[in-house]
Amino acid sequence: MSEIAIKIENLSKAYQLGQIGTGTISRDLERWYARIRGKEDPLLLVGESNDQNIRSESNVVWSLKNINFEIAKGDAVGIIGKNGAGKSTLLKILSKVTAPTTGKISGNGRIASLLEVGTGFHPELSGRENIFLNGAILGMRKKEIQRKLDEIVDFAGIERYLDTPVKRYSSGMYVRLAFAVAAHLESEILIVDEVLAVGDVEFQKKCLGKMSEVSKGEGRTVLFVSHNMTAIKKLCGNSILLNKGSVELFDRTERVIEHYYHANKESLVKINPASKREGSGVVQFYDFTILNKNLEEKSVFLNGESIVFKFTLNAIADTANVDIGFSIHDEDENMLSVIYSSYQNKVFDLKKGINHYSFELTDNYLSNRTYIIRGLIKADNIIADMPAQPIGELVIESGNFYQTDSIGHQSSKIAFLIKGKWA
Amino acid sequence: MSEQEHSWTIEAKSSLFDLKLNEVWAYRDLLWLLVRRDFVSFYKQTIFGPLWFFIQPLFTTIIFTFIFGNLAGISTDGLPKPLFYMAGITAWNYFSDCLTKTSTVFRDNAGIFGKVYFPRLIMPLSIVVSNLVRFAVQLLLFLLLMIYYHLSGAQFSISWALVLFPMLIILMALLGLGGGMIISAMTTKYRDLAFLVTFGVQLLMYATTVIYPLSAALEKYPKYAWIIMYNPMTPIIETFRYGFLGEGSFSWGSFGYASGITFAVLILGIIIFNKVERNFVDTV
Repeated sequence: MSEIAIKIENLSKAYQLGQIGTGTISRDLERWYARIRGKEDPLLLVGESNDQNIRSESNVVWSLKNINFEIAKGDAVGIIGKNGAGKSTLLKILSKVTAPTTGKISGNGRIASLLEVGTGFHPELSGRENIFLNGAILGMRKKEIQRKLDEIVDFAGIERYLDTPVKRYSSGMYVRLAFAVAAHLESEILIVDEVLAVGDVEFQKKCLGKMSEVSKGEGRTVLFVSHNMTAIKKLCGNSILLNKGSVELFDRTERVIEHYYHANKESLVKINPASKREGSGVVQFYDFTILNKNLEEKSVFLNGESIVFKFTLNAIADTANVDIGFSIHDEDENMLSVIYSSYQNKVFDLKKGINHYSFELTDNYLSNRTYIIRGLIKADNIIADMPAQPIGELVIESGNFYQTDSIGHQSSKIAFLIKGKWA
Repeated sequence: MSEQEHSWTIEAKSSLFDLKLNEVWAYRDLLWLLVRRDFVSFYKQTIFGPLWFFIQPLFTTIIFTFIFGNLAGISTDGLPKPLFYMAGITAWNYFSDCLTKTSTVFRDNAGIFGKVYFPRLIMPLSIVVSNLVRFAVQLLLFLLLMIYYHLSGAQFSISWALVLFPMLIILMALLGLGGGMIISAMTTKYRDLAFLVTFGVQLLMYATTVIYPLSAALEKYPKYAWIIMYNPMTPIIETFRYGFLGEGSFSWGSFGYASGITFAVLILGIIIFNKVERNFVDTV
């Protein structure tokens, strides 16, 4: 068993909702009175889990409830979960920005947390002055910063602007400088919250590189919150899935991500027979699933992996000459590709009732992003069914597209992948 | 560095009397950098720069001399009026700046406090030290005025109590710091107190011997003078005047009293401040 860097026991955090005003003082007195009698806080008893969609009488929500886990020294652990799952609260407590309501965290090693880049930067001060100020805020001693100054400036690439007030910096330079300071902190534990959302692709790559160097090369513990699954997968061996303030899963990252997408499936668009649709209605989509080569239902696929689209159609009578089509869109509903079975000289004759068909995407050139699938059925060249809503959704992640060690370029701007023969 | 040295725990409750002063010491570099930041950012992009520090006490002195000295005719213990007022104003300004700036420390720094942890005490401490720079500049003005009056033959003389001057600065700083921290901790949840502070400090000035000497108050309102005497700022300002100008009421008893109150307020302030600091991010 390796050494433990962070150990969390029964950690909970309650937040009071609503306005703080004249009503608050009477409740504060009530709580204080309960406390001096040694009773439980009356407000916390009524608290409930943090489901943001549900309106309720109670004014207290548990943003985190009974969290327990241990992180081994030198591990890079990702924290994923939907918005409101408690990720940021957990990081805030770990960073000592706010105190837990109950529970205990113990740990070994200095913590550096990066909940935001450039905390405490003063626009009037120069880059150099801000490096010292920001470093000191993050807990570095002056001579420590002095020693690392060249490295920081070099990483941020701002040498020319070192003595210019940061208010004249471009936003990119600003972010680079801020990350550089934090990344060069000599801490045993590094906590990073979604900072990679800012900055350009080149810089994100650099940050990820630095973080993996920190965790793998220097053996420091990294906790990383992100919505970018590719980044988490690249950096973190293990991940924690938070759901409504509790740990749902703590496992190998691939399995956690898989579970996360799977658990979120209810939010995917399912074909609802009553949903708005156009067409004659002779044949309609009944179900649509996306499978991998082994016919397991999935929603996340890797670059180059075969994807099986399974269409279940319902015909009200025997129907001949049915043409199944679907289109692939990006998240902004831009159409990227369309295919009809008729393009490949394939039309189907349907029996009355349920019929199953499938399409295997053998040559998958899809790049990393989320795709939306829309469907359309034609019978005798007349539109039979065209649901107004998408029929499905899938996510593509970095995989072994080139069948080499390379996962290729990681930019989200890439439209599609290509490969061929070099000579 | 051994691992043992760096092991830590975060718990829901913390000890009331853990003042975390060792943590503050570990972050001492930050204190100086914050002071520097305040100073540099204050006069960047101003034309007169630190000269602005002069203008406020100068004008207040002129106005006080005119209104309280000449119009109202309040005694100044036989001292030249501007000199008398400026002594009071210089000392009072330092105390009131420390108090008012510290009292909004949570609100002013909510952004940074919400994102990164460092011993929160550093912030109010940096305010007190930054104000010291301003105080020094204003003291310089006061000394210039003293030289001017000395050369023009006015009657006053420095007394032995001047050796207490460093103590006076510390007392003013800590009293302002302690009081400000108590207020700041209380205003994180209930903003009402914040409204009270600005005009409360103004009222307090009239209950301190800034515009009149203690001797005059004792003479005219012997029944109510206790309000002024129990005000811990009164002995401080009286001693300040006595040290620099040789006039004023000084007694070891009242000086000890002021020190005792200051110490009590400071400890109470740190305790409340440390308690509130742990959760204020959720309510501010």
